[in-house]
This record gives sequence, C-alpha cells and structure tokens, in this order.
Amino acid sequence: MIEQHTHKRQSIDWAIIGVYLALVLIGWLNIYASVHSSEATSLFDWTSRTGKQFVWILTSLGLATFILFLLPPRLWEGISIPFYIVVTFLLVVVIFVSNDVKGSHSWFDLGPIRFQPAEISKISTSLLLSFVLSQQNFRLSRFKDFMLAAAIIVLPMLIIVAESETGSALVYTGFIFVLYREGFSGWWLGLIGLVIALFISTLTVGSYWSVVGLIAVLLLIATLSGTGGHPWRRTLAGALFILCMAFLPALLEWGSNLAEAHLDYLNHRIWVPQEHESAENFWTFLPEIKPIYILLALLAGATPFLLYLAYREKNRTVAILAGAFLLGVALVFSTDYIFENVLQPHQQSRIEVLLGMKEDLAGVGYNVHQSKIAIGSGGLLGKGFLQGTQTTFGFVPEQTTDFIFCTVGEEWGFLGCLVIIGLYTFLIARLILDAERCRGNFTRIYGYCVASCIFMHLFINVGMTVGLMPVIGIPLPLLSYGGSSLWAFTILIFIFLALYRNEKKYF
Amino acid sequence: MKSDGRHIRLLIGLGAAVLLLLGKIFTLQILDDGYKEDADRNATIYETIYPTRGVIYDRNGVILVGNKVAYDILVNPREVKAFDTLALATVLDVDTEFIRNRLAEYNRRLRTIGFQAVTMIRNLPAETYMRFDEVKYQFPGFRGQVRSIRDYPVNAGGNLLGYVSEVNQAYLDSHPGEYRSGDYAGMTGIEAAREKELRGEKGYHIYLRNSRNQIEQSFKDGAEDKEAVPGHDIVTTIDAALQQYGQELMQNKVGSLVAIEPATGEILALVSSPGIDVSMLADIGKHWNEISNDPYKPMYNRAVQASYPPGSVFKLVNGLIGLQEGVLRPEMMYSCSHGFTYAAGHKLGCHGHKSPLNMEESIMMSCNAYYCYVLKNILDNRKYDNVAEGLDAWHEKVESFGFGRKLGSDFPAELSGSIPTSKTYNRSYGKGRWNSTTVISLSIGQGEILATPLHLANFCATIANRGHYYIPHIIKASDGVELDSRFYEKQYTLVDTTHFPKVIKGMWRAVNSGAGMGGTAWIAHVDSLDICGKTGTAQNPRGADNSVFICFAPMDNPKIAVACYVENGGFGAAYAAPIASLIVEKYLKGEVKRLPLEQRMKESNLMSRVKHD
Repeated sequence: MIEQHTHKRQSIDWAIIGVYLALVLIGWLNIYASVHSSEATSLFDWTSRTGKQFVWILTSLGLATFILFLLPPRLWEGISIPFYIVVTFLLVVVIFVSNDVKGSHSWFDLGPIRFQPAEISKISTSLLLSFVLSQQNFRLSRFKDFMLAAAIIVLPMLIIVAESETGSALVYTGFIFVLYREGFSGWWLGLIGLVIALFISTLTVGSYWSVVGLIAVLLLIATLSGTGGHPWRRTLAGALFILCMAFLPALLEWGSNLAEAHLDYLNHRIWVPQEHESAENFWTFLPEIKPIYILLALLAGATPFLLYLAYREKNRTVAILAGAFLLGVALVFSTDYIFENVLQPHQQSRIEVLLGMKEDLAGVGYNVHQSKIAIGSGGLLGKGFLQGTQTTFGFVPEQTTDFIFCTVGEEWGFLGCLVIIGLYTFLIARLILDAERCRGNFTRIYGYCVASCIFMHLFINVGMTVGLMPVIGIPLPLLSYGGSSLWAFTILIFIFLALYRNEKKYF
Repeated sequence: MKSDGRHIRLLIGLGAAVLLLLGKIFTLQILDDGYKEDADRNATIYETIYPTRGVIYDRNGVILVGNKVAYDILVNPREVKAFDTLALATVLDVDTEFIRNRLAEYNRRLRTIGFQAVTMIRNLPAETYMRFDEVKYQFPGFRGQVRSIRDYPVNAGGNLLGYVSEVNQAYLDSHPGEYRSGDYAGMTGIEAAREKELRGEKGYHIYLRNSRNQIEQSFKDGAEDKEAVPGHDIVTTIDAALQQYGQELMQNKVGSLVAIEPATGEILALVSSPGIDVSMLADIGKHWNEISNDPYKPMYNRAVQASYPPGSVFKLVNGLIGLQEGVLRPEMMYSCSHGFTYAAGHKLGCHGHKSPLNMEESIMMSCNAYYCYVLKNILDNRKYDNVAEGLDAWHEKVESFGFGRKLGSDFPAELSGSIPTSKTYNRSYGKGRWNSTTVISLSIGQGEILATPLHLANFCATIANRGHYYIPHIIKASDGVELDSRFYEKQYTLVDTTHFPKVIKGMWRAVNSGAGMGGTAWIAHVDSLDICGKTGTAQNPRGADNSVFICFAPMDNPKIAVACYVENGGFGAAYAAPIASLIVEKYLKGEVKRLPLEQRMKESNLMSRVKHD
C-alpha cells in the first residue's frame, strides 16, 4: 500500500505543473509591465487587466485541481463524442449571436464574462481525435479512416474561418503532427513543408536560389536516406555542386562584364558602319545569359538520367526525390502567377510586408515594425522590469494579449526570451516524452494533441512578433492576458496530466 | 501504434523550429543595432534648450541689447488629433479661421515639415501663454515654447546692432549643419558680425514619450541632457549716450555721423540717418514692409556704405601730399581772385576771402584756388615723367590714408569708395589726352573722388594722431571675445608725421579764429576744447550741396575725431560743423552749453530737400 501510494504521488508530472505555474506567473508580471503606466499601478487592482488576470489565474488553478484530483479521468474518453458535438454547435451559434469584435464573430457575451468557443474547440477536437485514432481497428493508411480523422480536424477549422478567426483556424493544422506520429506518411509532411518553403523563397530570394535550395535539400535527404554510392562520395559531390551553384551568378556576372568590356573595346577600335551594326550586336546576347538558364539546362540533362537510374535500381527514394524536384521547379515558376492572380490584395500585402518585399510601416507593417523595435531594443539583458519604453508607453498594439512577447523581449532581453522559449520547449518535449511512455493509445494521442496546440500557438505567436510569420492574432499560451485562453490551455494540459496520472496508477 | 522513431523526428523538428525563432530573436536583439535607435526615436523626444544670446554692451557697460522672454506656440502637424478648434482659438486669442488655415497650410507642406514641430504663433503675451499651458493636454500636437528674444533698453545704434531673425532656407544652405529651421541668427550689424560668439550652444532635454506623444518622464533622470551654453557677451566701443545724442542731432536729415577715438581706432558713435529704431529690431518681421518701402532706405548704413565726394575736407589730403612731395611749403602764398582760371574761359570758383594767403590761412578759409595750385604742382612735379605718373604717385599716397579701399573694420558691408588713377582718365579721355587741369577738381575733393563718412572720420583720426591711424572698429576685446591683431597695429600714411602739425594749425584757426575773421568753421568753436576742424561743401547733383565737416579735439592729445556728412545741408558750417562740434562738446564736457544751437540742429528738418528715386 505504501509503495502504491508513493507511485501515485510520483505519477503526477510535477515538472509540467512547475513549468505551467512559472509561465502563468511570468505572464501575469508581464501583463502588469505592459499596463502599469497607463492603468492603475497595483498588481491586485481588480479593475486593471493585471487584477483581472489574477482572478483568471486563481480560477484556473481551481479548475486544474478539480480536473486533476476530483474528476474521474476515464470521463474524458467517454464524453469526447457528445462534447465535440456540443462545441461544434456552439461554434456555429456564436456566428449568429455574437457582436462584431474587430471584424470577428467568435465571442459569447455573457454580461461581465466573454468567452470564445474556438478555445474550447481545441479541447473537444483533441479529445475526439484521440478517441477515434485510438480505436483498435482504426488505420490511417485506410482512406476512409484518414478521411474521418481529417474531417474531425477540418470541420471546426472551417467554422472558425467562417467566424473570421483565421488565426485560430491555422492552429488546427498542427494536428498533422499528431497524424504523422500515428502513421501518416512523412513524405506528405515533407511535401507540404517544401511547398511552403519554395513559395516563400521564390518571392523573397528569387527563382535561382529557390532551385539551388531545393537541390540542396533533396541532396541532403538523399544523403541521409542512403541513396547512390558511398556516403562520403555522395556528401562531397553534393557539397561541390551546391558550392558551384552558389558561385555561378558571381562568375557569370564577372564573365558578362568582361564580355561587355571586350565588345566596347571592339566597337571603339573598329569603326562599325551602320549596316554592320546588327552583325556586331550578335554577341551582346552574352550578358543576357541568366544563371537560372544554365542551371535549368544542366538539370534538364540530369533529371532523366536520375529517373533512369531510379528505374534500373528500383530505388523508390530516388524516384520520389526526382518527382519532388520536378514539382518544386514547377512551383517555383508558377509562384508569381499564383501570388498575383490567386491571392487577394490584402493577403498579398500582408505577405509582402512579412517577407520584407514592401516597407509599409504605417499600415499593415506597423504592428510588426513596432513589435520588432520593442524586442530588438531589448538587447542581451533587456531594459529591466517595468523599464521598457516601447511596451509601457503603448507603441506596441495589443501588448497584453497577442503581443505580450514584446514585453518579454524588451524588458528581459535575449536571456528572457531564451528562458521563456526554453520553458515552452521543455513543456512540449516533456508532453511528447510523457505521451510516448503511456500504454493507452488515447492518452498518448491526446498528449500529442496538446503538444501540437501549444507548439502551433508558440510558433505562430512568437513568429509573428519577430516578423517570421504574418500578423495572425492568436495568444501566447498561458502568458497572454485573457480568461478564455488561459482556461482552455489549463484544461487542455490538466486533462493530459489527469490521464497520465491515471495511466501510471496501475503500474 | 509504435513510434518507429517518429517522436524523435518530431522532437528534432521542434528543436529546429525553436532554433529558428531564437535565431531570429538573436538577430533582432544582438546583431542588429538599428532597432535600439528606432526605439529611442520612438520613445524619446528632444526638447531644445535655447541658449541665451550674448548681451551687447556699450563701452561703459550700458546694455545696448539684452534679452527678454517670448512665448511661442508650436504645432507638430502629424500629431494633431481632432480637437475643439473654437476652444483653442479662444485660449490663444486668435480666430478659428487662423488656426484652420495654418493647419491646412502645414498639411500641404507636410512632406517638407517631416516630423518636426513648426511655430504657429510667435511672441504671445505671458498671460495667454499661461492660459494655454493649463489646457494644452486637450490639444495633442500643440505645445508651447519659451524663447528668449532681443530687448533694447536704449534707443541707440539700430543700424549698428543689426537684427536677429529666424533663419530662412538660404541661410540654412549657406551654413550647413549649424542651424535648424526655427533657429534664430543675427542677420545684420554686430549681431551678424559676432554671430558665432553671441549665439552660444544649444542644449537639449531628453524626455520619454508614449505613443500618444504625452511626455512621461525625463530620460535617465536627465543624465543624457545637455545644458545650453549661453553666448558670449559682446562689449562694443560705442558710447550709448553719444550714439543716442548723435541720432537726435541727425534726425530728419539724411547723412551720417562717425566719431572715433583716435588713440585706439574705436568707434564711439556711428549714426546713419534716417536709421532703424531699435523698437523695430525686436520684431523686424512685422516692420519689414514698412522698412523696405521707406524711400529713405533706413536699412542702408550710409556711414560705411554711402560713397560721397568729400569736398573741401579733401584739401587737407592734398596739402599734406604737397608738403610731402616738397612742392608746398607752409609759407607759400597764392592769390585767389574768386577762383582759379585753369584754362581760357574756365574757372574753378571760390568765395570771397583775403588774398594772397598762406597754407594755414588756406585751410582756415578753405580757399579753392590755393589747392588748385597745390594739386597742379603735385601732378606736374618734374620728378615724374608725366602727369599720369604724377597722378599715380598721388593716388598711392591718398590710398595710404585709407581712401579708395576698405579700411578693414569689423563692420560688415563696409564699402571702399574710390580714388582715381591714371587708368581712370585714360579710359575716359584716352592716354596722354588729359593733363593736370583736366583733373583739377580733385584738388577740392570733387570729381572722381568718393569716400564714405567712415573714411573721413578715419582721416580725421589720422590727422589727430599726427600721421597714423588704427583701423576703426566697433568691438572691444573682452572675456571670450578676441580682436584681430590688425586692430592693434598703427597704420602709417606715406606722409611724414612732421607735416601734420602744420595742417592742424590751419584746422585750429578755422574753428577758433572767431566770427568775422574768415575762419569757415567758427560756429564749431567751444570754449577750452581746442577743436580743430575743416569744413566741406560738396556738390550734390541732386539739389543743394552736401554739408561736410571733420574735426577732432582737443588739439593736443585728442580724444575724439568726428566726421559729419549731411546731404543737401548746404555749407559745411550750416549743419555738419554744428552737429560735429556738439558731439565733441557732449563727449568731452559731458553736457552741452550751446543749447540754442543744439535745439536748432535737433529741430531742423531737411527731408524735403532730399530727392530720391
């Protein structure tokens, strides 16, 4: 009995609870720092955001205790289907009954309390996805089963997009990591990543470097997956190729300058009669040769050879790589068309600003610019608690909610960012490792769902504040001001802790 | 389902994503310094502290130009939010239309204004400013500025002091990096000449502001602030009382009055009439039209810029050169029968006086014929091959007195006048086609001779010093203000110092021989002052002759040398001599006894005689 009791206590992952408490506390202090100059100065002033957040924190802790110690963990698996249905219903209803908050229809206004069903939907989706994926006869490789899993994810996503909360919807794409863990092919994951990367790189650095990058990535994959000869030879050949490609434009420019100089010399040396001018100009095509053409000519020769090789050796990897390469090149050359003709102007401008193609500091780029200034001015150690000039004086918009990370960056510097991101990374990694340790499929899959949600929020939110992502208004889990978000993440995390505790109880 | 190492790949992916974020944050925070500057620009506001401009003193420590406080309203058009125009107009005591028009104008010029604040209203009354200060939080974008402006306690030397005004674009362009739009700088006179000393150094307060442009606190408790360095005070050589007295005497006349201390070259008074009243200087912009439309051109500083024929005063120069060349001895007698006949039927006339007469008497009575002989002898001197050579030798000596060139005073815009050379006449008559009689009017300071009143005063100081002068100047060396070494060097003429007493004797007799004795300047006589003077009556093609007089006193160890030039004043004795002698009397005695003369001078009005374009 004594042994069992010890086990019971150890089965609660106190490290996760510690990180949870640390993040909530850090969030609370940074909310205080963000509002202290424009609102009342007491930490516990109930009319200020700091005071309100304190209330949210207390209620969250109560909620966490309730979930962890009082509710039967088996409950979650059982209610996943009705819970999902109810939340989906709420998601739809809110579109019709909510007031317009900055263009979005996603808030229930219940007098003093407002809440966003989209936040709860993360929980219900995670639960149902875990329930479905954990069934004995479920196979992701089966088309019907895959479609079911996809539908569970996409349905709330679509409704949330209809609520004009595109940012929140984007978080659901994180569930693809869960699917990957449960057997979804990694190639698909890689392909999606490749498409996004190529799209961005074509717009920012141009087609030549995109193609070079594509080759580099594919060569790396080929090297890692063991295709084509001795590993050292492959690595060396690949590196040499990439190096040559990198210097090609410089070489070519040098060459064309030389050619131009020579042409000038000839033109000055010999008087060219008017009628012979066209003959003389024949050579002026030299400077017109762009590196991309040479590259494409080389590749046009190499690709069929590669495909033939793949066919002869029956090597699936090489075939996939060659296919990915052809697809990638096609995408590179159609990117401009897609950008100009498929995307809406406001989407174009957001992407342009994000990618630094257009400077728009007063309009679309204002938030990001101010946010980058705030974080960038923090330096290594930051300006100190309550000493930030940008965040406390209101240059950064939405600084208690979506842009809370600016306060961290400005007042605590790179070291502070390192600590916070470190805490999140620890939390996510710990969730994954804990999930792996579980015997029950439901708990494991649910753990991955929680980890994915937190990761997506972290990456999108921090990425947005530093200008890596377009401006997508979603909160930073546990840190941002707001009850809905704090409650949702508390429930999300503590359901896992309860499940995990339950899991360990019997071993 | 088993992991197959997929959780490891996901963990690696997590690590990569986190490294990407941290890498970007590292770039922002550690590698890129630009954001720190942006943050400072965002959150800090520099408030310029204007230094107090240096005070300008007279030679006795009387303040000529001081400072007083002025209140301005500035507006930063980009920061203006919707506000109650009527409320602001009421507070500032202006029309709502005025505010609307101004803002509309600023918005049109927004590109050139940039993020700066522009001055909307200048020189508000103190009460109005205080009223605004209480409610300014209601008007974002508007703020007050306390500025120090010029104050003129005595009405002396308006033209001399010059004015201070806001720099314009041309000024900014010609002084790159030194000024910013909205700064003030001395534009004329001493204010301009000594701008570098007077202006001081601007300082600044750094404040932190929030995104609504409200000042939150001082940046680092003022550790980075820079105090303004006040400008250096300037001590002038001007005697404020004498300057003021000179202005009173010269009022309603066109002309100049220059008084110099011979022993130092310091200018005691420099009056250009009509001139600018100091009350206009303080707010020159308001009076600009009035000043520029005045037909008598009050901005024009005649004392250093007007070139006049010096008239009979110049006989002294010819006399001295004659003595130097050995063609004239003081005892030489020439006769004069109402003039000098230099060619058949051509006569340079003279007034009635005793004849024949020696050099002293010729100065005393200002005989024209005498100096015709003198100049003829100078130019036709057998020492020189021809008259051209003689004239150039004469020119060289005349120039050594400072005539025909800029004296090099510290006063800006000084002009050089002109003294003819052989080239001058070769041009108009042809080489060898003129002789000494052609240029005979040079003997009495007419013809091609032009000199400024400053030249005449300097010449007078040269005689007073018996052969040398110090370059006239208006600034005294003082703490932080150094004088160029040239002002301490004696400037010798090409005439031996021994010749000067002979001329001075004549000048003494011109003033002190008593009425009825033929002395032309008896009216300038003041008991016990031993004033030595010479009258001049210069022809003025535009009406009545100009009245000219130079004098110094006392004869031994002179303290003051004065030149007075009154346009259309008639005989030298009519206006110039009384005015100059009153100045001498005032300066040397402290008070004037000849009250009726003083009153007559102050009250006489010659403006109607003056013709202008």
